[in-house]
Amino acid sequence: MALPPYADPLERIWHRTYQVICALVFIFLIAPILIVIPLSFNVEPYFSFTEKMVRLDPTGYSLRWYDTLLTFGMQAPEVPRDGAWFADMWANSTWVQAAKNSLIIGFWATIFATVLGTVAALGLSRPEMPYRRAIMAILISPMIVPIIIIATGMFFFYSNPCAILGFECGRLTSTYLGVILAHTILGIPFVIITVTATLSGFDQSLIRAAQSLGANPREVFFKVVMPLILPGVISGALFAFVTSFDEVVAVLFIAGPEQQTIPRQMWNGIREQISPAILAVATILVVISIALLTTVELLRRRSDRLRGVTGR
Amino acid sequence: MKKTLILSTALAGFAVSAQADVTVMSWGGAYGAAQTEGHLKPFTTASGIATVMVDSDNPATPIKAMVEANNVTVDVASLEYADAIRLCDEGVLEVIDPAILPAGADGTPAMDDFLPGAVTECAVSTDIWATIYAYDTTKFTGEAPTTAADFFDTTKFPGKRGVRKGAKAVLEFALMADGVPAAEVYATLSTPEGVDRAFAKLDTIKADIVWWEAGAQPPQLLADGEVVMSTAYNGRIFNAAVAEGKPFQIVWDGQIYENEMYAIPKGAPNREEALQFIAYATSTEGLRQQAQWISYGPARKSALIEPLIFNDGKTEMSPHLPTNPANLTNALESGSDFWVDRDAELNERFNAWLAAG
Amino acid sequence: MADAALLTTSDGRPLAQALVQAQARARRRAFLLVLPLLLFVMFSFILPIGQMLHRSIYHDGFSANAPLTGAWFARNPSGTPPDEAAYAALAADLAAMQAARTAGEAGTRINYVIPETRSLFTRSAREAKDLTPPYEASLLALDPKWADPAVWEAMRAAASAYTFDFYLVSADFQRAADGSIERVDENRQIYIALFVKTFILSAIITVLCLLIAFPVAHLLATLPMAKANLLMILVLLPFWTSLLVRTTSWMAILQGEGVINDLMVWIGVIAEDGRLRMINNQTGTIIVMTHILLPFMILPLYSVMKVIPPSYARAARSLGATSWTTFRRIYLPQTLPGIAAGSLLVFILAVGYYITPALVGGADGQLISNLIDFHMDRSNWSMAAALSAMLLAGVLVLYWLYDRLVGIDRLKLG
Repeated sequence: MALPPYADPLERIWHRTYQVICALVFIFLIAPILIVIPLSFNVEPYFSFTEKMVRLDPTGYSLRWYDTLLTFGMQAPEVPRDGAWFADMWANSTWVQAAKNSLIIGFWATIFATVLGTVAALGLSRPEMPYRRAIMAILISPMIVPIIIIATGMFFFYSNPCAILGFECGRLTSTYLGVILAHTILGIPFVIITVTATLSGFDQSLIRAAQSLGANPREVFFKVVMPLILPGVISGALFAFVTSFDEVVAVLFIAGPEQQTIPRQMWNGIREQISPAILAVATILVVISIALLTTVELLRRRSDRLRGVTGR
Repeated sequence: MKKTLILSTALAGFAVSAQADVTVMSWGGAYGAAQTEGHLKPFTTASGIATVMVDSDNPATPIKAMVEANNVTVDVASLEYADAIRLCDEGVLEVIDPAILPAGADGTPAMDDFLPGAVTECAVSTDIWATIYAYDTTKFTGEAPTTAADFFDTTKFPGKRGVRKGAKAVLEFALMADGVPAAEVYATLSTPEGVDRAFAKLDTIKADIVWWEAGAQPPQLLADGEVVMSTAYNGRIFNAAVAEGKPFQIVWDGQIYENEMYAIPKGAPNREEALQFIAYATSTEGLRQQAQWISYGPARKSALIEPLIFNDGKTEMSPHLPTNPANLTNALESGSDFWVDRDAELNERFNAWLAAG
Repeated sequence: MADAALLTTSDGRPLAQALVQAQARARRRAFLLVLPLLLFVMFSFILPIGQMLHRSIYHDGFSANAPLTGAWFARNPSGTPPDEAAYAALAADLAAMQAARTAGEAGTRINYVIPETRSLFTRSAREAKDLTPPYEASLLALDPKWADPAVWEAMRAAASAYTFDFYLVSADFQRAADGSIERVDENRQIYIALFVKTFILSAIITVLCLLIAFPVAHLLATLPMAKANLLMILVLLPFWTSLLVRTTSWMAILQGEGVINDLMVWIGVIAEDGRLRMINNQTGTIIVMTHILLPFMILPLYSVMKVIPPSYARAARSLGATSWTTFRRIYLPQTLPGIAAGSLLVFILAVGYYITPALVGGADGQLISNLIDFHMDRSNWSMAAALSAMLLAGVLVLYWLYDRLVGIDRLKLG
């Protein structure tokens, strides 16, 4: 923001102050995220910078906490790192298991949320949609209802999903499917929001044009609609994935010992064995979020260009 | 290609959800690690049955919730003595036939080998541990705290205190610090005036207390300088001091000791394997293996014949055990009869007191 | 009207009718697209929550385990003092409870309304099979508390599985001996106080977010596009970073021997033993939640500020208004929709927050969600459900307000 030429000295001072305030806010936003990166290389088991680190002495830094991530939970971490060691690590390392679980659950929750959410968003964006506002409110509500209430409800319901029908039919708690369904619900609002936003700039006459040129509904969808809303769908999917990848409360209530995810392990770690290994996980996750954010930003710009929208 | 890879991993994920591992729920931190090293890993090696360790702040609460919601995922739980009796009374635990317990290594029949009270209807003791308090030696260069009363003396020993968030062991400790002899603590606490007296004592340091819930927190709070002294489970402090070289000192005056028990929640998915696990873990050998990882005393006489050595190969365990006579000068055995009935009520009062600013 | 009826489609139907049919078809088709998701959300979201809330008015811990006492209550109207038949029924029920190991369950139900009665049931049940008639005398010999009319009144209320007791307790009320409702003692009032605290802390966090977000959103809205996009990344990165990561790093920053304290000691602002306590208390909750919720304030503010034409402000200045007046009278009113959207969203999210207070809140930084979790943990499910229902009602009112003032379809994510 440029200062107008008629500004008086007081306004100039204020303008400087304002810029400093903004800079401080940006530091407040970003510093807590970036600070974990150097701390995760601390050779000492502390959460702060040691003297050696400040002096940039290489012996103050190490990869030991990243190594801990691999070896923690292994049957025999001490043996030489050969094939058997890697097999042990792949099968038993707590964090490797957690990463696998997070990916499996995140993948399926994203697929379900994206497919269901995109189809619903297409319906919601039609001008003829009845009860649009009420239905939209219901579909967005998983984002608004406190997570503890959602998780509590699911805990009872998934313990015996057929109870409402008066008989028992196994349970969804402590299963992958249960956690995936829970995360699907939590991801849906994000898909709905991003896809309807993309569709809001969508010219419905394109569909009629395609139809009048002889395209069948399937062709209309895959050749006309899909390419235009794809960026929105992908960012919705990424949001859904991140939501699942970051979710801990539903996992606390629904998952069994076999479905422990990365956030669940972090939760344990933060509450109990607070070691810089947590900071190492955090660093890896920060790098992943930077990658995801970049993807989403690039997609958004592409989408804006395609729809002829300029600016944000 | 990459997509099919993820897909197949995901499908494999669905398939493996029903494996028969013995899932043990314990207290995490150094204690969970000691059980993993001393019980779970050797058991898997000996029996071929895979084991999983799950952490909790206090396994008694999730176990009860699981059984009542008919959603049991845990096969073995590590419980405090009073909780093991209470949950057994409430039908939350399976009854364990003492006949499954092996004789001692010296041939003593199991029931003669275990210390009195170490085997109950639904649970078997794994060790005897204590709630003590410990301080950071670097914080007190002059006089150092030595008595339970010193913990409550913030003028002589300024600084924050870590205390377990809950009524049990806290109220007794407050009374002992207030001068109630160990033998009279539960008689005092059975009267409304006694309860008020305990809370009044806690009131004197309420503003200085940092509450902890997980047993791994006190050594962390001390190490981070969040508190200068903290109540703690003695083994956690021992491990931080001996294995990690932290400058922590235990004060045994006013310690409260009790048995830790292995039990099986009702409806455990792998009950038979769980029984095998408990029989193994509470054998002379199993108890000794765990005691090499943390300073909790084994509950079998046969396990105490040979001296116990810490896994560093040199530290003798006996001076660090709660049951060492030197540590028992002013000690209290946690009153299971008292807590079986009063746990819920006093915790309720405790929470109200805590919330009342 | 008559003319319209004459118009027909090519296949001879009246046009108006054909249009209505076509529209109905279009509506149906749109609805069918939404239907699968709607059913899914109903089945695995709305239904579970509804089922859970049902527990807030249903608890059969006493009624299922004390059928004889229940029958006595059914035979005798409210206010009847317990006679020998009542005590006999109670003694038989207690013996049955001991055999079925359910005395704790029944006692817990009564304990909700009369504190410290759980042990009355568990202790008495243990002795129940040795009791001999007259039962009144032998039960009173076990514990004189059995003569307390309040206990009998509570048992009468609990003899029906359906109850509003849990809402009473959640609002810090209890049943008096005569069945009337009264406030609980001051040292036991925790629920209302916690609701109030949750709302106050949420309000503080919302105001802090607004104060911090306003200048930044304004900067982003007025900077040239390229620069604004770059800075926008800094706002969005926290949004995309795991909540647990952000909480972890705040712990590293704020704790006693953390980055800030170390820095201040090193500079000499504070002494070694004067380290500030910024975590494991309310301060920790406020700082960390403000950071976590900040993007939810910046984004709506930004999207409103971006479309405010700068010409109004210029016009005001050229007409002689000072920069402060211009801001207060011209700019601020135009940002109100953004302020409303951001504040409501942040407030709604803050009221239901769980993870951050649980990890950095210590004893006094806990919110209502943490208390719900506490009761879930202790298997006090009806209490958890009643508190959930009250929290949910509050959140839904705010949500409705958000929809009215802002519109749900205006929700944006970057």
